[in-house]
Amino acid sequence: MSNMPLFEVFVRSKRGLDHTHCGSLHAENAEQALEYARDVYTRRSEGVSIWVVKASDVTASQESDRDSFYDPMDDKPYRHATHYVLPDEVNNM
Amino acid sequence: MPNSEANLEQLEVDFQARIDAEERIEPKDWMPEKYRKTVLRQMSQHAHSEVIGMQPEGNWITRAPSLHRKIVLLAKVQDEAGHGLYLYSAAETLGATREELVQLMHEGKAKYSSIFNYPTLTWADIGAIGWLVDGAAIVNQVALQRTSYGPYSRSMIRICKEESFHQRQGYEIMLKLANGSPEQKAMAQDALNRFWEPSLMMFGPTDADSPNSAQSMKWKIKRKSNDELRQAFVDQTIKQIEVLGLEMPSKDIKWNEERGHYDFGELNWDEFFAVIKGNGPCNRQRLAHHKKAHDEGAWVREAARAYEAKKKARAEKAA
Ligand SMILES: [Fe+2]
Ligand SMILES: [Fe+2]
Repeated sequence: MSNMPLFEVFVRSKRGLDHTHCGSLHAENAEQALEYARDVYTRRSEGVSIWVVKASDVTASQESDRDSFYDPMDDKPYRHATHYVLPDEVNNM
Repeated sequence: MPNSEANLEQLEVDFQARIDAEERIEPKDWMPEKYRKTVLRQMSQHAHSEVIGMQPEGNWITRAPSLHRKIVLLAKVQDEAGHGLYLYSAAETLGATREELVQLMHEGKAKYSSIFNYPTLTWADIGAIGWLVDGAAIVNQVALQRTSYGPYSRSMIRICKEESFHQRQGYEIMLKLANGSPEQKAMAQDALNRFWEPSLMMFGPTDADSPNSAQSMKWKIKRKSNDELRQAFVDQTIKQIEVLGLEMPSKDIKWNEERGHYDFGELNWDEFFAVIKGNGPCNRQRLAHHKKAHDEGAWVREAARAYEAKKKARAEKAA
């Protein structure tokens, strides 16, 4: 028996919230993956909407490139609110 | 570029530092080969246990004493299938395929928890399993929610959310029987007596007899030792036995003032190792049944594949 493709499963637990990754499963196609995901990941009404994505279609950043990939953001403290020192009276801004 | 020895040493130091800082290890991270092997073995064993564990309970689905008990048991067994899936998926993040993992179990090279090699002789056994076997599994799994391998830890968190229903429905069965007719009460007592020791052995050999534990603790794959977990389980269960009004399953169970824990005597480890080696009451039956179900499902997988290929071909033709 050869492998069925792998799908990543994302579930939105409630309207108004993001879909969050919750696991993966094997299925022959996307429709089947959706049904399996319903059976496995929402047995107790954990979701109101499910996305399934073929794992091979996901492009991921490389952990080993982390330094060069995220470095440019590390030396920009002025992007954070705490960088600005204001008088106490108005500091709840 | 090959890693020089110094480089490898540095990688190992960084790896341990990450673990000491309570950071999780994720699939693409560098990890020592031994760590990969240990986590993979543990996850695959755990996955097989969830799946094989469906058999002793499945044995009673058609004979459950009421429709209510039947749908509860069905739901519980279905959860265990889900747990198997979460754990196989976690194991697959380390590069093993589902087929390889299953194959290794069929060949007897991968183990599952030896508790599932005991038969379920009466309906009370279903109560005892939910209460004691799932109860012991919960103690183990709660600790594993903080295991260092990210995918394993996340599947444990998901599983723990579902487990407490398993234990409660089991205890409720015991409660009903223990307060029923004398025959029912005797049945509950018998199930408790038979499942007590095997449940305690689910935590594995004593610390003195598990030589690999130290490394697993250092890598935080395990968060608590076998003996610590076993003691925690005993301590929480004694009160539950009292509430049922059943007799203690062993004469050796006594409160130990000095230790602040219950003593429970020596366990029969010879039996434990015999069952692990394949000589329990149901080892052969469990594996044979799993193989049979797997083989008999082959045509479904083939049909799904053929249908998918046909659909694709049709779509290509139309385009
Ligand atoms: Fe489970
Ligand atoms: Fe369970």
